[in-house]
Amino acid sequence: MSQTSTPTVPVLSVKNLTTSFLVDGDWKSVVRNVSFDVMPGETVAIVGESGSGKSVTSLSIMRLLASNTSRIEGEVMLNGRDLLSISEKDMRGVRGNEASMIFQEPMTSLNPIFTIGRQISEVLTRHKGMSKQEARAETVRLLEKVRIPNAQSRFDEYPHQFSGGMRQRVMIAMALASKPKLLIADEPTTALDVTIQGQILDLIKVLQEEEGMSVLFITHDMGVVAEIADRTIVMFRGDEVETGPTEEIFHCGKHPYTRALLSAVPKLGSMQNHAWPTRFPVVDMKTGLAVEPIEVAGTVEKGRTPVLSVKNLVTRFPIRSGLLSRQTGSVHAVENVSFDLFQGETLALVGESGCGKSTTGRSIMRLVDPTGGDISLDGYDVLRLDQVSLRNMRKSVQMIFQDPFSSLNPRMTVGSAISEPFIKHRLGTVKQAREKTADLLEKVGLSADMAKRYPHEFSGGQRQRIAIARALALDPKVIVADESVSALDVSIKAQVCNLLLDLQQSLNLSFLFISHDMAVVERVSHRVAVMYLGEIVEIGPRAAVFDNPQHPYTKKLMAAVPVPDPARRGIRRGISNDELKSPVRGMDYRPPVREYREVSDGHVVQVA
Amino acid sequence: MPVYIGKRLLVAIPTLLIISIFVFSLQKLLPGDPILAMAGEERDPATIEFLREKYHLNDPIITQYLSWVGGIMVGDFGVSLRTNQPVLELIGQKLPVTIQLAVMAMILAMLIGIPAGILAAVYKNRTLDYVANVVALSGLSIPNFWLGIMLILLVSVNLGWLPASGYESIFVDPVRSLKTMIMPAFVLSTALAAQLMRHTRSAMLGVLSSDYIRTARAKGLSPREVILSHTFRNALLPIITLSALLFGELLGGAVLTEQIFTIPGFGKLTVDAVFTRDYAVVQGIVMCTAIGFIVMNLIADILYVLLNPRLRATL
Repeated sequence: MSQTSTPTVPVLSVKNLTTSFLVDGDWKSVVRNVSFDVMPGETVAIVGESGSGKSVTSLSIMRLLASNTSRIEGEVMLNGRDLLSISEKDMRGVRGNEASMIFQEPMTSLNPIFTIGRQISEVLTRHKGMSKQEARAETVRLLEKVRIPNAQSRFDEYPHQFSGGMRQRVMIAMALASKPKLLIADEPTTALDVTIQGQILDLIKVLQEEEGMSVLFITHDMGVVAEIADRTIVMFRGDEVETGPTEEIFHCGKHPYTRALLSAVPKLGSMQNHAWPTRFPVVDMKTGLAVEPIEVAGTVEKGRTPVLSVKNLVTRFPIRSGLLSRQTGSVHAVENVSFDLFQGETLALVGESGCGKSTTGRSIMRLVDPTGGDISLDGYDVLRLDQVSLRNMRKSVQMIFQDPFSSLNPRMTVGSAISEPFIKHRLGTVKQAREKTADLLEKVGLSADMAKRYPHEFSGGQRQRIAIARALALDPKVIVADESVSALDVSIKAQVCNLLLDLQQSLNLSFLFISHDMAVVERVSHRVAVMYLGEIVEIGPRAAVFDNPQHPYTKKLMAAVPVPDPARRGIRRGISNDELKSPVRGMDYRPPVREYREVSDGHVVQVA
Repeated sequence: MPVYIGKRLLVAIPTLLIISIFVFSLQKLLPGDPILAMAGEERDPATIEFLREKYHLNDPIITQYLSWVGGIMVGDFGVSLRTNQPVLELIGQKLPVTIQLAVMAMILAMLIGIPAGILAAVYKNRTLDYVANVVALSGLSIPNFWLGIMLILLVSVNLGWLPASGYESIFVDPVRSLKTMIMPAFVLSTALAAQLMRHTRSAMLGVLSSDYIRTARAKGLSPREVILSHTFRNALLPIITLSALLFGELLGGAVLTEQIFTIPGFGKLTVDAVFTRDYAVVQGIVMCTAIGFIVMNLIADILYVLLNPRLRATL
C-alpha cells in the first residue's frame, strides 16, 4: 500500500475486504484481503480483467450481493461508519444517499415501465423527504445538470425513448440526486460507443468537481483509467496485486501482472513507425518480461485482382407499421459502399453502432439480402447466386462472430463443430475430417485431444480460437471477423489478434476486420475504412488514415478514443451531448450523391 | 386506444370464422347419427327421412354451414335436436352459473397463487419456497372429484357449515349463492392457483435478477418497494397471459366439479349434448367458449398495452 498520509480523513476506507460465495455448499473466496482508501474529491480506479473481482468488490461495499449466498468480511468505513456492521435497514439509508452507484448496462439498468422522472424522484422522496412536486422540480434540475436537452419535457418519458448514452446520463442524475459523498461507477462507459464514452467520462469529471465527491471507478479499460484516475488498484483473480498513483502504475508497475496487462493494451498512435501490422508484445505473467513485438512482413498481393470486390453495395431494411404492415420507411444500413480486398490483406471497417459495418459483413456473406450493388468474391457474383452456388461460395468466405459464448452450440463437441462444415460440404471422409480438426486445433493453439470436449469446458479466449478453427475448416480465402476480439479481455485479445496475424501469414488469408476498437484496428490492419451512417466516409492505407485523418467524423472518432497514457489525465473534450444519428429514413429519402477526393495514393475521403 | 381495440376486434373476425368451419366440419366427421339417436328403437325409414328433412340434414354441407353461420349472425344458434329448445336459450340458462363459478374460482386462484408465487421467489431455495412448491404440486395432483367429495364430507356433512350442493342465482339470494358456490370454486381453483404460483415465481425470479432491480436496490429502496412496485409490475405480463387462458378454459365448464356439487353449469350441458349427438347444442357451446377465449385474450392484450409503455408507444 503506498498510502501517503494526508491530514484529511478518507471518505471510503476498505480494509481486508474478503468476499466469498457459496458454491455447491462450499465457501469460495472471490475477493481476498483488498484494502484501499478513497480521499475526498479523489478518483480511484480498480482495474482488472474478467474474474478479477473488481465488480464484486464494488457490490460488496454497497452490500448488494445476495445475502444468503455471499459472505463479506473485513471493514468498509464510509464517513467513519463501518458499513459491514450496520443493519440492513441502516444500509438502505446509505445506498443511493451517502454512496450511490452507476452500472455498466444503461440499456437494462432502468426500469422499463416507469418514467425516468419517477425513477429519479424516487431517490429524492426516499432519502430527502421531498414532496412529489419538490422532487419533480429537483429532478428536472438534475436532468439539466447531466445535460439532457429539454429536461422539463423528458421527465415523463420512458427509458426506451432514450439512447444508451442518454440513459447513462439518467443513471448519473439518479446517482447524484442525493448529493452522495461517494460515487461508485462500475464500468459505466463499457457498453457505450466511443464518442459517447468520451462525453460520459467528461460529464463525470465535471460533475465530480462541481459536487466535490469521490469516485470509485471500476473498469477493464486502461485507457479510461489513464484518463480519469488519480490512483489505481490493479486486481487479478480476486487479489489486489498493486496500488499506487496512476502514473507510477503505468510507468513503473512493479508487479509482473501489471506490466503484462499494460503491454497487452493496444494504444492508439503506437503504430506510427510501423509499416505493417504488428503483433502484440507477449509478456510473461510471472516474470513481467516482454517479448518484443514482431512486425508481420508484407502479405498483401496487390498486383492480382482483388479476392473480394464490393461495388456500390446498398442494404436497406424496410420498416413496416400499421395493421396492414405498410412500409413507412427504411433503415439505410449500408448506402453505396465500395471497396476491394486483396489476397493476404486486412481491411478494417470501423465505426460506431448503427454505422452499417456489421451489415456490410453480413451482406457479403449473403446472411442478409442486399438491396443493390455488386459483390465479386473469389470469382463468384455473390448477389446473383442460386442456393447451390451460394453454398459453394461460402467455402471461400467464412465468418467469426463477437460472442464466443453464444456462437458455439453447447450440445456439440468442439470437434464436431469444427468438422461439421467440412463434412457438410463433402470435402472428404469422416476420418479426413477428424484429421483436419486435429490439425486446425493445433493451428489455433489448442491441442488435438480437446476435440471431444464441449464448449462450456473452455474459457472465452479458447472458445474464440475454436470459432476461428471452425471458420478455417473450409480453407476460406476471406474471413469476415465481426467484432471478433471485442468481447475478450485485453491479454486474451492480444493473443487472439496475434493468432489472426500468424494465420494470415501462414495461410495467406484476407480479413475483413469489423471493429469499433480503433487501437486494435491500428495494430492489425493494412487498410482502414471508416463508416458513418451506412457510408464509407474515409478509406485508405492504415498509416495514412491514422496519421492524417481528413474527414471530420474520423477526427472526432480518433479524438474520443481513451489512450492509456496518464499524461492525458484531465483532458476534456468539451462537453457535448451530440447523439449518434439514426440511419432510419422516410419513404421519400433519396441518398445524396457523394463526391470523393483522393488525399494521397489510395487514401480517399468523402467531400462533406 | 379505441382504435386499437377496434383493430383487434377486426382481427378476431377471421379467427371466429376459422373456428366455426372447424367446429362444423368436426361434427360432420365424427361417427354417430343424431337422427338414429332420436328415432330410438323404431328405426322407421320414413320417420328418419322426415327428421332428416326437418333438420335440413339432407342439404349440401355448404348450405348447412352457411345457414348455421347465417343464424348465428342474427343470434339464432339453432334448435336442440333433443329437446327442441333454442340453443341460445339453453346456453343462456347455464352461462350465468358457469361465469359465476369461473369468476369465483379465478379470484380465489389469483388470491392464493400470486402471493404464494411472490413469496416463493423472494425466499427462493428456502423453506417457504419449498413449502409453496409442495403445496402447488399437491394442488395440481389431487383430483378435483376426490377433493370435492372430501370437502363435502368434512365441511357439509360433518361440520354442517356449507350446503353440500345446489345452486342459487346470485341475483336472487347473494349470500346463499356464494355459500353454495364457494366450495366448488375452491376445488376448481386449486390447480389454477398452483399454475399461477409457478408462473408468478419464475416471472418474479426473472425480473429480480435484472439490472434495473439492482438499480432499485442501489437507490436504497425498501424490499417492499423493490418487490411490489419495481418487480411485480414487470412480472405481471406473463401472469396476465396465463390468467386469461385459464379463465377461458373455465368458461368451457367443469364437468366433474359440476357433477359432484350438482351445479347446473356448462359442463353437464356439453357432455349430454355430445353423448346424444345434439350437434346444434355442441356447436353453440363451442362457439360461445371460443368467443369467451377471444374476449379474454383481447382483455389481456389491452392490459399488456396499459402496463407496458413501449407497446403504448406503438399504438
